[in-house]
Amino acid sequence: MANISISDVHHLANLSNLILSDNEADMLRVDLDEIVNYIEELKELDTEGIEPTYQVTDLQNVWREDEIIDYKVSREQLLSLAPDSIDNSVKVPKVL
Amino acid sequence: MSKISDYIGRSATENVKDAIEKAKQLEDFHALLYLTENRAFERAAKVDSGEIGGRLAGVPFVVKDNFLAFDGPSTASSRMLENFVSPIQAASIEKLEAEGAICIGKANLDAFAHGGSTENSAFGATLNSVDKTRVAGGSSGGSAVVTALGIVPFALGSDTGGSIRQPASFNGVHGFKPTYGSITRFGVVAMASSTDTIGTFTTNSQDTELLMTILAGKDSTDMTTLDNFYETLNEEPRNLTIGLVKEFIGEGVDEAVRRSTLNYVEKLKSAGHTVEEVSLPIVKYTLAMYYIIVPAEVSSNLARYDGIRYGHKSDNAKNLAELYGMSRDEGFEVENKRRIMIGSYVLSSGFFDAYYNQAQKGRTLLINQFNDAFEKFDVLIGPVAPTPAFKLGENTEDPIKMYTADILTVPASLAGVPALSVPSVPSENGLPIGVQLIANRKNDALILSLAKSMENK
Repeated sequence: MANISISDVHHLANLSNLILSDNEADMLRVDLDEIVNYIEELKELDTEGIEPTYQVTDLQNVWREDEIIDYKVSREQLLSLAPDSIDNSVKVPKVL
Repeated sequence: MSKISDYIGRSATENVKDAIEKAKQLEDFHALLYLTENRAFERAAKVDSGEIGGRLAGVPFVVKDNFLAFDGPSTASSRMLENFVSPIQAASIEKLEAEGAICIGKANLDAFAHGGSTENSAFGATLNSVDKTRVAGGSSGGSAVVTALGIVPFALGSDTGGSIRQPASFNGVHGFKPTYGSITRFGVVAMASSTDTIGTFTTNSQDTELLMTILAGKDSTDMTTLDNFYETLNEEPRNLTIGLVKEFIGEGVDEAVRRSTLNYVEKLKSAGHTVEEVSLPIVKYTLAMYYIIVPAEVSSNLARYDGIRYGHKSDNAKNLAELYGMSRDEGFEVENKRRIMIGSYVLSSGFFDAYYNQAQKGRTLLINQFNDAFEKFDVLIGPVAPTPAFKLGENTEDPIKMYTADILTVPASLAGVPALSVPSVPSENGLPIGVQLIANRKNDALILSLAKSMENK
């Protein structure tokens, strides 16, 4: 009755940008399997012809003037948050 | 416990000193992660000199540590943000500061607000204010406990599926989740955007009313905020028709909790209100809906933690994929990972309609049933949580069991309606138990006014 195999766990970890240890993956397989089993019960609910509700305010397309808001935050402050920065830029590992 | 008026008209410096002293004396509850002493005393001096004034002049408060605040890190109780020092403050804190209130510290929570006991904090659990062998509830456990211990008269929390109401119930304080969109969320770490709601912990409804008049309203930095609709009612509500939700007192609900709810119902009747049972059969499915919709939104909102722009970066990564994957593995708690991965699962191609869309359709049915109920009833009532505070460690090995602590609070979250947890009679062994009052959208003032009229009755 297992819904989630260990290869599913690795696939989901990959989709989620998580590199899990083997122990963690084994443990999460059991947990995720239980959770998926639980949420399965929703399948029995009859929703034929019902529209989904994605948000509960009646707001749509809230516009504002296209003007700069001064949050009083400097470039230095923002760069100082980055674990790695160089020459006024955030440093990332080689991509290509 | 204390109330806001106890602090008004006194020296702000003395207020802050007392609060901080008390916080240090009660450190073993682990309700607070940091004290923001420097800024608190600076602001207190400005209040005392008359430079800062307002309706909360010199009143100390605490915020949950998923609110960005000055003077110390803003961690969301996670290793990911352990050293994150925010350059901005949450807009809700700014609103309170504009009225002279003084933030004295940051309260513990389940990491990223994922949990119902505060045991998922990366920095250790908060202990229940009444029984140290039990959980504080969560995810806003720290905020509930500082209020219950009388360290401050009020605290801010966030409620996505019960994270204010349930710890309020477990600690015998008032916890209010207003209508979705009432209070700006700018500067609060996002969890599930379609239900995340800012709210308050207090010791009485009058204080909640005052805080709502200050906090509610449109904010251009949070596009989901509603035009201000909140206005405190001046007159005591009379002859209300109140619906006792049958599904809320059914199977799986502790006898002491049922008794506590029915006790409040009797008091409502004595006060001249009519209470009748009402059935919301969809409630049976709401926890499953919640644990589809919320993880889906969590997986999106937590995608921003990449180890690059801010937050934890792994020292062991050799390339970009490892930098993402290892930083996130090291920075998140196991419950964060569960939710992110369930979110990825329900949003996967091929599963999207079966889970995510099905849950959102169920949500429509839930809202319809609430609407039908509010045709007849002014207010709905039921317990907040199926049990009083459980033992530390009791549910940590079983995620589903932990999730059921949210079963009675998620309906109001998914519908976006206001809900209040107020203390009712405790269990035989003295554990606090709250009762939940729910109103239709934008009827926040009605439940606060009703709760106020019932105090000391």
